[in-house]
Amino acid sequence: MSSLVRFEFYFFGLLAIASALCFVTRKNPVPAALWLVNVMFSLSGLYVMLDAPFVAVIQVLVYAGAIMVVFVFVVMLLNLGRAGELADVRSAASRLGAGAIGIGLAASVLVVLRDKLPDTEFAAASDNVVTPIASALFTDYLVAFEVTSLVLLVAVVGAVVLAKRRVSA
Amino acid sequence: MINDAIIISAVLFAIGVVGVLTRRNAIILFMCVELMLNAVNLSFIAFSKLHGVTGQVFVIMVMTIAAAEAALGLAIVIAVFRHVGSVDLAELKLLRG
Repeated sequence: MSSLVRFEFYFFGLLAIASALCFVTRKNPVPAALWLVNVMFSLSGLYVMLDAPFVAVIQVLVYAGAIMVVFVFVVMLLNLGRAGELADVRSAASRLGAGAIGIGLAASVLVVLRDKLPDTEFAAASDNVVTPIASALFTDYLVAFEVTSLVLLVAVVGAVVLAKRRVSA
Repeated sequence: MINDAIIISAVLFAIGVVGVLTRRNAIILFMCVELMLNAVNLSFIAFSKLHGVTGQVFVIMVMTIAAAEAALGLAIVIAVFRHVGSVDLAELKLLRG
């Protein structure tokens, strides 16, 4: 186990949490989206440390590359870039309640973790990473895979129909 | 290491929940949901280190559904914006009696 890998694991983990905090406190959607992209890049680094380099690449391509571009595109399309009219944070009581719920959620997971999971080593990534995923995806989970393609088709058609409809005002 | 990954995942999920509960901008709300999905993905990957490659297959499925959800959700946001002229959820009270 190399101490450099350990350092990078905690570096990316803290970077993800710090970026998420910055993301959730931005008023303007565009900086928020860019901080969220930062979270996704950090998570991609964590995936590499956790021995899943294929999913790390997919994370950058699909999440940071495609989904967030759609978000930024919609922000630009709706012309929401002006801060001030977007000071959209709810009241103080609701913020306190939300903070309490968040701390409670995180604490519940930490309590469960008191029964320690077996700890694994920081292993170097094996050189054959795609084949096991592909064989699981196309044998055991073939039905789910095909249904996923159906879901994507429905989503594409639905998005076009929803966004194209003229409003009879 | 798996413990640390699960802790990071729990903190990210809690941040996403707090964002959903405190913001009123529909687009920021969707981004918070994406953050929560990412947190769950991180714990899937961490557990796939213990239990084999199935977790990574699930993560790929979650990403696909997240892409579909983002496309549909943002189309709904655009339709709402056409109707109301805003994405502030506090102004959507047509169903309130």
